Amino acid sequence: MQRALISGIAIAVLCSVVGLFLVLRRYSLFGDAVAHSSFGGIALGLMAGIYPLWTAYGVSLISALIITKIKSKFNISGDASVAVLLSSGIAVGLVIIGISGGFTFDIFSFLFGSILLVSVNDTIMILALTGIILIVILLLYRQLLYSTFNEEQAKVSGIPVEKINYLIVFMAGITVVTSIQLVGVLLISALFVIPNVTAIMYGKGFKQTAILSIAFSVFSVVVGILLSYLFDITPAGTIVLLSIALFGISIGLKSRKLLRN
Amino acid sequence: MLKIAEIDHLTIQYPDVKAVDDVSFSVNQGDFLGIIGPNGAGKSTLFAAMLSLNTDYKGTIKFFGKDIRKSREYLHEIGYVPQKPIFDKNFPATVNDVVRMGLRKESNEDKIDEILKNLWIHELGNKRIGNLSGGQQQRVFIAKALVNNPKILILDEPVTGIDQQSIELFYSILRQLNSEQHITIIWSSHDLDAVNRLANKVACINRTLFFHGESDEFFENDELVKQYSEASMQEHMHHH
Repeated sequence: MQRALISGIAIAVLCSVVGLFLVLRRYSLFGDAVAHSSFGGIALGLMAGIYPLWTAYGVSLISALIITKIKSKFNISGDASVAVLLSSGIAVGLVIIGISGGFTFDIFSFLFGSILLVSVNDTIMILALTGIILIVILLLYRQLLYSTFNEEQAKVSGIPVEKINYLIVFMAGITVVTSIQLVGVLLISALFVIPNVTAIMYGKGFKQTAILSIAFSVFSVVVGILLSYLFDITPAGTIVLLSIALFGISIGLKSRKLLRN
Repeated sequence: MLKIAEIDHLTIQYPDVKAVDDVSFSVNQGDFLGIIGPNGAGKSTLFAAMLSLNTDYKGTIKFFGKDIRKSREYLHEIGYVPQKPIFDKNFPATVNDVVRMGLRKESNEDKIDEILKNLWIHELGNKRIGNLSGGQQQRVFIAKALVNNPKILILDEPVTGIDQQSIELFYSILRQLNSEQHITIIWSSHDLDAVNRLANKVACINRTLFFHGESDEFFENDELVKQYSEASMQEHMHHH
């Protein structure tokens, strides 16, 4: 339980911060695409007898780079390349599962998350990756923010925008696979997107928005894990429903405020 | 006079048209250069090459005597204000956030308040950029361009879509930056009258360069002004 909470909080913080850059770059479904392609990686790992998260890291990083390359080199829109990758990952996964005769239980824990079963080693790994990615973001904060705000102006300011773009998708790839244990492949984009679109409604500046997003995300994860433990319900679903509830309340507050004006 | 920029036989070919055709001119230190030309005359294309946003051109562009193909260090000395900065209106960034994005060295931090005050936007620091008027946003982008003490300010039709009062304030700020802080200004504009009032040099471009020299020389030559006005009027009719 303790491990679940610690890992959950770390993942919540990580997904909020990395997700904010993706949402602002209109790349909200990127997390989904990488998560689905990592499903192929998980199936590959299970078939080959390798720890499935390792193969998932490999496959999702390769997919993240492919999406970025396709988007920049060919005239295919971001959402279309995301859609292609999303379906290819699931297709590859399904074919591999079919060939191997199925490994239903393991696959389910990756599809829907299994944070209550997270091991000591997993927790250490999650904390280490969260720490590394957050340090990189703090060190390159200005470059990351500027190239998200306006690529052309960032280029003129001498920021290596292309390298920064690759760095963001690379960090997003790692974040996705790290988060699979919390909410599973199918619900990952909820953690990337929902706390951030909620926070954007309140925050004036970037830092304030990031802090609010982290707060919403951590709240959903901690309360979600506790509720799921108390009532024996699925943590992934509970976490995502809580963050959707926060989003719904914010929309309600915002529309009432607009009506008053 | 020290040459800040030298454009030498610059040609930029698009698949179906020569956007810039064999253009050569230079910019001296302290110049206030107004680049005029009708819509589609290649002004933005010229700027994109000068800022290394487009490197697919023939000819040479030098800043501070160095070929910009060999080193992009010169960009550190340039503040750039685009035509209409494209950003998401809901982007969660305050005026302070946007201005600090331009900040290369933390040591210039102290200057920010002074710059914001000079541009009359010091009370907007904590407002979201998307909630400001067009004129205010444009001044924020000038502030961002100024935070690193640039030697050159490049502005691409910076007053498009801005109200008249803000335009006048904007012009007086440009004049002050050039005369008091000795910043070289390269500025493209549609507004002949404003160029006449502000610039000391004029370059007239319609794919090719058909005039470059002292501002007075251009505006005192009725034939040239007439030629330009006709060309831009034709272009205007063409667009409508």
